[in-house]
Amino acid sequence: MHWVSDIVVLLLILAAIGAWRHAGRDAFWRENAIELWRRRPFAIAVVGIYLLIALMDSIAWVDRASEAYALTSGKARTIIDRIFQPENFTEASYSAPLARVAFYGGQPLLHPGQHLLGTDLLGRDVVYRTLKGARVALLIGGLTSLVVIPIALLFGVSAGYFGRRIDDAVFFAMTVLASVPTLLLLIALIMVLGKGTVQVCVALGVTGWVHFCRIARGETLKLREADFVAAARALGVREGTIIRRHILPNIAHLVIITFALSFTALVLSETILSYLGIGLDGSWGQMIDQARNELSRTPVIWWNLAGASIALFTLVLAVNMIADALRDIVDPRTRREGR
Amino acid sequence: MSAPLLSVENLSISFPGDAGPVRVVDRVSLSIALGETLALVGESGSGKSMTALAIMRLVPKPGRIEPGGRVGFQGRQLLSLSVPDMRAVRGGGIGMIFQEPMTSLNPVTSVGDQVLEAIELHASLSRADARSRVIELFSLVGIPDAKRRFGAYPHQLSGGLKQRVMIAMAMAMRPRLLIADEPTTALDATIRAQILELLRDLSATTGTALLLITHDFGVVNEVADRVAVMYAGQIVEEGTRVELLGRPRHPYTQGLLRSIPKAETRGRRLDEIKGAVPAPGHWPSGCRFHPRCSNAFAPCPRVEPVRTAVSPTQAACCHLLDRSVQP
Repeated sequence: MHWVSDIVVLLLILAAIGAWRHAGRDAFWRENAIELWRRRPFAIAVVGIYLLIALMDSIAWVDRASEAYALTSGKARTIIDRIFQPENFTEASYSAPLARVAFYGGQPLLHPGQHLLGTDLLGRDVVYRTLKGARVALLIGGLTSLVVIPIALLFGVSAGYFGRRIDDAVFFAMTVLASVPTLLLLIALIMVLGKGTVQVCVALGVTGWVHFCRIARGETLKLREADFVAAARALGVREGTIIRRHILPNIAHLVIITFALSFTALVLSETILSYLGIGLDGSWGQMIDQARNELSRTPVIWWNLAGASIALFTLVLAVNMIADALRDIVDPRTRREGR
Repeated sequence: MSAPLLSVENLSISFPGDAGPVRVVDRVSLSIALGETLALVGESGSGKSMTALAIMRLVPKPGRIEPGGRVGFQGRQLLSLSVPDMRAVRGGGIGMIFQEPMTSLNPVTSVGDQVLEAIELHASLSRADARSRVIELFSLVGIPDAKRRFGAYPHQLSGGLKQRVMIAMAMAMRPRLLIADEPTTALDATIRAQILELLRDLSATTGTALLLITHDFGVVNEVADRVAVMYAGQIVEEGTRVELLGRPRHPYTQGLLRSIPKAETRGRRLDEIKGAVPAPGHWPSGCRFHPRCSNAFAPCPRVEPVRTAVSPTQAACCHLLDRSVQP
């Protein structure tokens, strides 16, 4: 299923280019983009770096030098793989950051002083593993949000706007889903769908849309009765156009906040899945889970945990900061005047 | 007089209640000629806004227009039009402006784009043409610095300017009839005068008829050609402005006019109409005004008064005027 995640990455890049071009043409969005950059240059740069790393870990090809690797692992090598050459860049077992000798036994390392964050139990470089985790994290957050938001918006807005039977049906679905413990449902779904990036994202999406759907429905209910919607009806605007031009833009800030919050919540919840043993291979969650035992050793082995946690924390913080600024900017009611 | 632009006949609107449907508008008939301004006056809850919404076929659910009523507009029966045809009438033939300019504009779209939407709905103009039409409209409704205001957001405009934008939006397709539901209630007194003057000018220059819904006789006096007074879901009196303000015939109209503060009654206690408008579903028998009427006599609680003409243009529903009713 590697190709699905490639398509998602491609879509995300296309969306970014599309947004860039749109912002170039539309004064409103151009202004907002500039404003966002002005307020959160650092956070945007951080997310950009993560995206770049994920991108570098997504572009893969097979050539003569990596043919053997591709045959044994079933995967083409990505740019990140090519930079680190993992099969040559390993040690026997643990080694501390920048150490010259192994952690246990004191044998000289194969690559003394080159492992910035040391190596793990199997001697793999921690920096390399951390960088590999960025792609998984972005996939979990991005792909699942891409599953959640359209479903929640479609159901929530149509339930709120049209009411009656549609509302009843959506509410029934939400109530049923909400009455099953989320974790139980997640485990059951992953057992049925199988373990894999897309499967886990779909499982997280299926269990995660209820909350936002409820918000979207409530907001639509409120907006449906708004005077400007009545005014639009009095102008002869179609229902579909009312939803598109008057309802959706007014909940856009909710979508953005939800996207950011659910993005970070999903990245974090993957660590819980990893703890339960149903997380994704190569994720930060898995690294943290493996580091649990290492923390009880003396002297403590902290670099595995540190690498994954710092990467996770930085991404979550940056995305949250961007979301916060975006909300203020996109919603003109909270936008400060005379900036 | 030729065929009226708008003629409402026998219009009733009801909402489902605990004990069967409750009528909020009861057999209302009114007509507006081309270019004429009719003021529909009444207290809160008298059904005047609902009448206006029914003309646009926008009665909020679960309310419904009862069969038997007719709304004719430019020779077409609006109540039997298909949904797409009715949509073309809204905004195209009939424009509407609302009471609350503060909340009647979409807060996240620039006002220019909102008026643009109104134009693009009904006419196929190029983007640039539509845009210049918006700016033209903005200057027509007296928005200063129209070009710059195109990109402004509602929260950047004052209440008076917002109401001007609403008027521009409603007038975008040069409708033949403009329905204004208490357009000045939410505005300051000085702004109110300006908006009324604007409505009067627009009506005069474009020949647009105006259905003005208000509870303010000051507004009536300034803009109306004719006046219809509503009480408890019915029209109780109608006539020209001069007739109705000068010589009201229905005790309710008389009471309303007496309860306006005037310079010569300064210092004295203001007359008022005792009691409150009865709630829909609890309307008194006979004449609905009789419990509050100081002139009520024997037939009032029993017999519903019929419309009695007192001049070619003035009529009222009161037993006092009907010679066939014996006290």
